[in-house]
Amino acid sequence: MTDSKYFTTTKKGEIFELKAELNSDKKEKKKEAVKKVIASMTVGKDVSALFPDVVNCMQTDNLELKKLVYLYLMNYAKSQPDMAIMAVNTFVKDCEDLNPLIRALAVRTMGCIRVDKITEYLCEPLRKCLKDEDPYVRKTAAVCVAKLHDINAQLVEDQGFLDTLKDLISDSNPMVVANAVAALSEIAESHPNSNLLDLNPQTINKLLTALNECTEWGQIFILDCLASYLPRDDRESQSICERVTPRLSHANSAVVLSAVKVLMKFMEMLPKDLDYYGTLLKKLAPPLVTLLSAEPELQYVALRNINLIVQKRPEILKHEMKVFFVKYNDPIYVKLEKLDIMIRLASQANIAQVLAELKEYATEVDVDFVRKAVRAIGRCAIKVEQSAERCVSTLLDLIQTKVNYVVQEAIVVIKDIFRKYPNKYESVIATLCENLDSLDEPEARAAMIWIVGEYAERIDNADELLESFLEGFHDESTQVQLQLLTAIVKLFLKKPTETQELVQQVLSLATQDSDNPDLRDRGYIYWRLLSTDPVAAKEVVLAEKPLISEETDLIEPTLLEELICHIGTLASVYHKPPSAFVEGSRGVQHKRLPPRAGSGESTESPDVGQSGPSEAPPAVIPSQGDLLGDLLNLDLAPPTATVPSVQPSMQMGAMDLLGGGLDSLLGGDIGGSPSMGAGLGAAPAAMPASLGGAPAVGGGLGDLFDLGGGVGMPTGSYVAPKTVWLLAMKAKGLEISGTFARRGGIIQMDLSLTNKAMSVMTDFAIQFNRNSFGLAPAGPLQVLTPLSPNQTIDVSLPLSTSGPVMKMEPLNNLQVAVKNNIDVFYFSCQYPLSLLFVEDGKMDRQVFLATWKDIPNDNEAQFQIKDIHLNSDVASNKLQGSNIFTIAKRTVEGQDMLYQSVKLTNGIWVLAEMRIQTGNPNYTLSIKCRAPEVCPFVYQCYELVLKN
Amino acid sequence: MIGGLFIYNHKGEVLISRVYRDDIGRNAVDAFRVNVIHARQQVRSPVTNIARTSFFHVKRSNIWLAAVTKQNVNAAMVFEFLYKMCDVMTAYFGKISEENIKNNFVLIYELLDEILDFGYPQNSETGALKTFITQQGIKGQHQTKEEQSQITSQVTGQIGWRREGIKYRRNELFLDVLESVNLLMSPQGQVLSAHVSGRVVMKSYLSGMPECKFGMNDKIVIDKQGKGGTTDEPGKSELGGSGKQSIAIDDCTFHQCVRLSKFDSERSISFIPPDGEYELMRYRTTKDIILPFRVIPLVREVGRTKLEVKVVIKSNFKPSLLAQKIEVRIPTPLNTSGVQVICMKGKAKYKASENAIVWKIKRMAGMKESQISAEIELLPTNDKKKWARPPISMNFEVPFAPSGLKVRYLKVFESKLNYSDHDVIKWVRYIGRSGIYETRC
Repeated sequence: MTDSKYFTTTKKGEIFELKAELNSDKKEKKKEAVKKVIASMTVGKDVSALFPDVVNCMQTDNLELKKLVYLYLMNYAKSQPDMAIMAVNTFVKDCEDLNPLIRALAVRTMGCIRVDKITEYLCEPLRKCLKDEDPYVRKTAAVCVAKLHDINAQLVEDQGFLDTLKDLISDSNPMVVANAVAALSEIAESHPNSNLLDLNPQTINKLLTALNECTEWGQIFILDCLASYLPRDDRESQSICERVTPRLSHANSAVVLSAVKVLMKFMEMLPKDLDYYGTLLKKLAPPLVTLLSAEPELQYVALRNINLIVQKRPEILKHEMKVFFVKYNDPIYVKLEKLDIMIRLASQANIAQVLAELKEYATEVDVDFVRKAVRAIGRCAIKVEQSAERCVSTLLDLIQTKVNYVVQEAIVVIKDIFRKYPNKYESVIATLCENLDSLDEPEARAAMIWIVGEYAERIDNADELLESFLEGFHDESTQVQLQLLTAIVKLFLKKPTETQELVQQVLSLATQDSDNPDLRDRGYIYWRLLSTDPVAAKEVVLAEKPLISEETDLIEPTLLEELICHIGTLASVYHKPPSAFVEGSRGVQHKRLPPRAGSGESTESPDVGQSGPSEAPPAVIPSQGDLLGDLLNLDLAPPTATVPSVQPSMQMGAMDLLGGGLDSLLGGDIGGSPSMGAGLGAAPAAMPASLGGAPAVGGGLGDLFDLGGGVGMPTGSYVAPKTVWLLAMKAKGLEISGTFARRGGIIQMDLSLTNKAMSVMTDFAIQFNRNSFGLAPAGPLQVLTPLSPNQTIDVSLPLSTSGPVMKMEPLNNLQVAVKNNIDVFYFSCQYPLSLLFVEDGKMDRQVFLATWKDIPNDNEAQFQIKDIHLNSDVASNKLQGSNIFTIAKRTVEGQDMLYQSVKLTNGIWVLAEMRIQTGNPNYTLSIKCRAPEVCPFVYQCYELVLKN
Repeated sequence: MIGGLFIYNHKGEVLISRVYRDDIGRNAVDAFRVNVIHARQQVRSPVTNIARTSFFHVKRSNIWLAAVTKQNVNAAMVFEFLYKMCDVMTAYFGKISEENIKNNFVLIYELLDEILDFGYPQNSETGALKTFITQQGIKGQHQTKEEQSQITSQVTGQIGWRREGIKYRRNELFLDVLESVNLLMSPQGQVLSAHVSGRVVMKSYLSGMPECKFGMNDKIVIDKQGKGGTTDEPGKSELGGSGKQSIAIDDCTFHQCVRLSKFDSERSISFIPPDGEYELMRYRTTKDIILPFRVIPLVREVGRTKLEVKVVIKSNFKPSLLAQKIEVRIPTPLNTSGVQVICMKGKAKYKASENAIVWKIKRMAGMKESQISAEIELLPTNDKKKWARPPISMNFEVPFAPSGLKVRYLKVFESKLNYSDHDVIKWVRYIGRSGIYETRC
């Protein structure tokens, strides 16, 4: 008798029939019916109508039938919570069964039923099972705690299951330990700050002991948990490594990869000159290579991880190039990954072999693979200088094959080679030009046009070639249009006499007939440049380009470090942090490598993560889109590169372009009435951006504006130095530091945005959460320039106090969201209350007296301001600068009493009395206010102002 | 952790669906079908992310196994688990086919309930599972208390792969050294890459809880002993002699029964074996590999419509040994219209459907040479793309280990039962097979 027949019943009235069978007296028939129900459930039919009938079958001593009913329950209990209660009794009874297998089955199933009423009943049996004499029941109960936590976290905490679970880490049975570790790790993930796992040398020791004894899966749980531990010193780190290395010989690849993760992480802490460090490095290579003889799916996972490991520690696999050679019948996903690693490992020593392989691959069938192989040849040329010549000739051979996509790919990479080795291989241009007609992909066309423009003086018919592209100008993609525009301008600057017509034509096409703003703007800039100062234009457009860097497609160091902590997991397969693909709170926690050995004692300092292995962040060929880069035809240049020779002329050109408007703006600022500060506050960032967005240029103009800012700012008001509000680690490379200032009655938020990532950031915007005083941005965040890697932009954001109000804790807390093209980031900061002290805060004396009396004494708060060595006049002057006004002064028995008033933007008055005793550096401050909550913050302002 | 596990047939119909986590809904079943099984393109990755849900899949014949998750799971573990799942199913009902899965769906659900709890893999050793999950449904009704606790202690215990109280009248051991030799050679005869991946497969029929110790001619061990001066290992005389003294093992991995920490410190392989057949170890060598065959290709294009191919194979091992099941596969262009073949030995045939000439030789002794020549006629095409010339591949089987590995001893100790190492009958066999053995032409 086979079970497959259950899949084939599709007649009508089936449910009705099943119902009858389920209620049959015959056991066999009942079982048959339940099987049919399960089969229908599997196929996706709704059999929830049978719920009561199936549950009726639950009370049976036939285990097979019981399991089937349980399976049904797990699926449908949620849709019929009231009915599900019927099952509770049986569960509770089963949890007391003599047979441990049944006890475990009951507790396991109960945990899978996500019905509140059932979970209530689950607690008692679960508590018993966690202390069951049988390890099989205990290991099942351990996982059940995680299940229950997923349904009702509070319940688990209230019932004290977490402590019981922690106790299980010391269980005598290794599998119980492993499951307890798994459950705790999962629960800890949703409580990032709780010290749930509480790893200390004692527990680590227990885990390492269990590691030797438990199943392969248990070993994975334990190793993954170990990886989140931070050893106290290099000694402990080494001893853990020593006990983990035997796992590298395990048959299960996941055990091996998890062990690699622990070793890669803890190795960070070992001093490099230690013998053991070298031994460990050597031990890592063979198991990684062995992973490549696993099944293809695992090979894929392994290769994605090796890609990370090779970037982090290239020395491990540098002699293993051959194992990454592609086999003819590897699945395509393995082939592509191998190719990536081959390029990473390519060096002078092995380049001959690599090239021979790549050439072989370029004749394969799969288009993606062939393209990647061709591209790889180009990358080898850029990486290993000695091989460049051979690479170029290989590429030329490939171009001779005339296979369309091979030719196009080759041209794209040859352009990069030209950039890397200028004036070396231009002899091949003629060959390239022969293939002009076969190029149909934008990238290849753009590359070819770039080559023609760049070397226009050596190509006799450059004008004809470019003209031929111009015919279908409007059908081209933007990439090609932009490139064509630039190339023709270059041509014009090189051969002005013959090409005037052509350049006119392209400029008018770009500016008048195009609706693409990028193209139009670029066209206008060129036009203006050419018409005002051709010499400057030449200097700008034909500027010498910085060399492109060797390594490409590197993962940025902060992300790489995080991914190393996730070796073996999905994150390492996607090369994305878990937060990018996991919903909810899980995995949002960013993992970091332990601080480097010898990088100082302060493990807590925030920049430790970045001070990792990357001595200097390698520049990466950026994706298109850098405006300045485009202008200078540097679309492939590292954006960090400065172009000193261009700077002066660029500035001039830019000034000219914008004409008088800019001058007047500048003039107004410098001459400046303070009230203009507001509008200008935003300007420094905004202006350079519209000038063409060069970081180098931005510096020059920025200085000018800064000057203006300095003059316009009223003296006296204290501005705290900028502090870091958002760490680059937490914001995909965007670091924000800032401070608040009140300048001439305008509240400003001064921000420094630093790009510590490796790609350009654009599209900045800012928003505040509701806050106590209704602070809100008065205008958009003016960062018009794309923010290049390693660049910092200073922005002043004017704030208004007319935003929505919500009381915050603490009162001066401000929650901010900053968005850029990458993501949205949140941080909170606190502003000094003095920000809100208005200029007309001087109270009339009489009113002061009356108000002082009027405010109940309960609202009075007293503070000590210590260590101030100012006399009362200097102090009151200083305070006045921050809009704390002294209304009256009395001297009684050698004590100066200052009566002061402050008014907040929302109309709240704060009255203060400051007592200064000559010779005593400690002032006494009494503050009275109808809203006593603000008193401590006013006191803070006093302290800040007086001490700075 | 794993949120759900689905099994589909080739059409994308669900055969098994088991959901472990609340974040995985029924729509996940359909998402995989639509985006992967029914996708027009060839599978580009074994891991697919669809709407923030990740799918891991493996295929066995035309059955798809997919694991689903929404979390950052250990990817290597998920694949290892899927393979294990296949092993377990095969051990229970043979080949993984639609028919077998449908016939055993109740059993599969039972297994899935046992080996995956809330998405965490649990003990999945078939030896242990078979003690309480049987094809007639779960055992357990009629067991004594002792039996029950024995089962649970085995499932959770340190030696989860072996039960107590096994008895054999004859204690017997079969040891197979199975190697697959991989080669990639350039047309000029230069070895581009070569490695042997080997497995030591054991069938043990031993009583009690025997402690075993396995020794081979591992260079590190031999060198160590050489220095120590104690070379009189038992068993050396019977197995040494021919071939190399020792081999350098690049890396090896072991069945979970082997005590890894002991291997790490002393490089000795000791274990309590599972009962029946299992894979004791896998290893990999790259140095001094004996390449059993050398293929010498000669391809000449005569005009645009004709191709002349000559392939010589040379056997490179002791003349007294015989290689078997030799097959040489010579690829032909897609526009082949006709082929004439002449070979001195064996049979050769042009297989149009496979675009290859397949040359088969039943047996061939060592140090021999054989040759095939073929004339391939081509249809004229105006396809610009050149023929990719896939490599010539070879299959064979030889009765020795191409890596040079030799078993030196396998000692059995069982202190409680009264049988000694001498009473155990041991069989050792070496088989070398071709892995991916290719010569470019």
